[in-house]
Amino acid sequence: MAVQDLVTKSNQDMDNSAVTSIDFRVFLLGSQFKPGLLRQLMVYGLLIVLAALFLLPFYWMVNTALKPSNQVFRVPPTWFPKPVMWSNFYKAMTMRGTEARVSSSAPPVYKYALNTTLITVNGVVGTLMSSSMVAYAFARLKFPGQNVFFVGILSTLMIPFAVVMVPQFIIWKNLNWLDTLWPLMVPHWFGSAWNIFLLRQFFMTIPVDYDEAALMDGASRWDIYWRIIMPLSRPALAAVAVFAFVYFWNDFLGPLIILSTPENFTLTIYLVNFTVAFWQVTPWHLYMAAALIITLPCLILFFFSQRAFLKGITITGFKR
Amino acid sequence: MSATTNLIGRTTTRRKRLREALTAYAFISPWIIGFVLFMGGPILASFILSSFRWKLIAPPRFIGFNHYIKMFTTDELFQLSIGVTFKYVLVSVPLAQVLALSLALLLNQRIRLLGFWRIVFYLPAVVSGVAGSVLWSWMYHNQLGIINNLLLLVGIQGPNWLFDKEIVLGSLIVKSLWNVGVPMIIYLAGLQGMPQELYEAAEIDGAGEWVEFWKISLPMLSPVIFFNVIMGFISGLQTFAEPYVMTGGGPDNATLFLGLHLYQSAFHYLKMGYASAMAWVMFLLILTLTLVQFKLGSRWVYYEAEA
Repeated sequence: MAVQDLVTKSNQDMDNSAVTSIDFRVFLLGSQFKPGLLRQLMVYGLLIVLAALFLLPFYWMVNTALKPSNQVFRVPPTWFPKPVMWSNFYKAMTMRGTEARVSSSAPPVYKYALNTTLITVNGVVGTLMSSSMVAYAFARLKFPGQNVFFVGILSTLMIPFAVVMVPQFIIWKNLNWLDTLWPLMVPHWFGSAWNIFLLRQFFMTIPVDYDEAALMDGASRWDIYWRIIMPLSRPALAAVAVFAFVYFWNDFLGPLIILSTPENFTLTIYLVNFTVAFWQVTPWHLYMAAALIITLPCLILFFFSQRAFLKGITITGFKR
Repeated sequence: MSATTNLIGRTTTRRKRLREALTAYAFISPWIIGFVLFMGGPILASFILSSFRWKLIAPPRFIGFNHYIKMFTTDELFQLSIGVTFKYVLVSVPLAQVLALSLALLLNQRIRLLGFWRIVFYLPAVVSGVAGSVLWSWMYHNQLGIINNLLLLVGIQGPNWLFDKEIVLGSLIVKSLWNVGVPMIIYLAGLQGMPQELYEAAEIDGAGEWVEFWKISLPMLSPVIFFNVIMGFISGLQTFAEPYVMTGGGPDNATLFLGLHLYQSAFHYLKMGYASAMAWVMFLLILTLTLVQFKLGSRWVYYEAEA
């Protein structure tokens, strides 16, 4: 009987929540406006036109990436590649010698991908660990100078990378770390202002009762941070991770300054130097194929973590 | 007796507080160390560096404020790059806000497939930096690019987007508008969080949508607009990848952004001291602009709690 009750009750709950969520959506989507037919047409018309404009570059990228080379230079362009050259992707990632001029001695692309992956994974893990630790202190502990430190952290958002770029370069030079991946990995284990802020905002929404109960049981602050706060903050951590992934994957200026031998290049450097390997004419179909492959991990990640991504932007307190 | 317990109680709370503070410092120590090593230290160092002439190979030579004097008197490239950067930021940031807010308003209508439209407008923000710049160079290609070919279909001979010094900055601005996803999402969140009572009250008073937008939505959103404008300025002033990849600063230095000029001075010409001086000017510019905006912001930004 009890089970039966529970089932009916949870069903009811679900129904109720469904109803409220629908109401909520109407409420969110602007029920204050009375949608006439003309108005609807205008809204969708605008949406379609704008969406077409925003998607146009993607279409052009995919279209070009799939063309045979002789169609790339045709005016007017072929709007749909025929035949579809899937092999362009393979070529863009492997071409050496025949089509390329100087790159026969260059390392294969997977080496760049490996470097980028290493930098990205290190950056994501480092950012998550360090930023969450700092955020925990600001969300849960009291200490002298707390506000000063917090304002200090936020104001570093204003410091352009260019300002610290030259001195940092000299530091790396003296450490003999130029042309290694260390300068692109080590500095990301010290917290980043924006993520500290974001995580602190999220940690503050977790009830303090959990901490107090754990303290009573003799847990240390580290236990609370690692065993209570972190597991409860998965959505926020996911958001930070996705942001950090896209940031490190696309990072350009850092690797550009530090790396000089091809073995150490990242994918973004590879993409920028892509045309260097060719005589005069840029093989745009291969260039676009390479650009597409390099962007793909970010696009895929975004599709699968859309919620976390969008949530991350809104955690920061703009949503009441 | 009670005095002693009191005393013990006080020392234990004090000890507790001390322990808590020490724990807290331990937790924030990564940031403190990182700040000293990678931010605060380098900023001071770059100020000191800026008073030396140093080309890495020869030992540095002290020249005082000469770099700063040179920058504002004889270095035309520097002044030009400041102009380019300002023009870009002053046009692209407001345009981006108008576009982002319009898109957010559109998405905030009662529409089907909200998730789908949101992805469409957000997606370009994921393709920022080098890949996006490479893609847009190809879009802007004079004969082979899609933009001029579409224009040809309606009988217009399009300009040479990236090689005409009169319009190249405009081309970069248009490209930047494609990456408007982040502010758009923030505006959308702001719109969705609006208290509905205000709109209901306005409707009872017979206000139309237009009035509602200007008198309710916009003032209520002003903190969000303020935030987006500041972030837009800070990142706009540091623009680097787009000009580096798409134009290399040309044609005729028409897109020589401050960030690019700085990079070239430091790493092509190895003028470490001069680049540091420029970096400091950039820092002061961002600082001043942000402070000015905070000052101006107090006039037009509406915070609910104050009312």
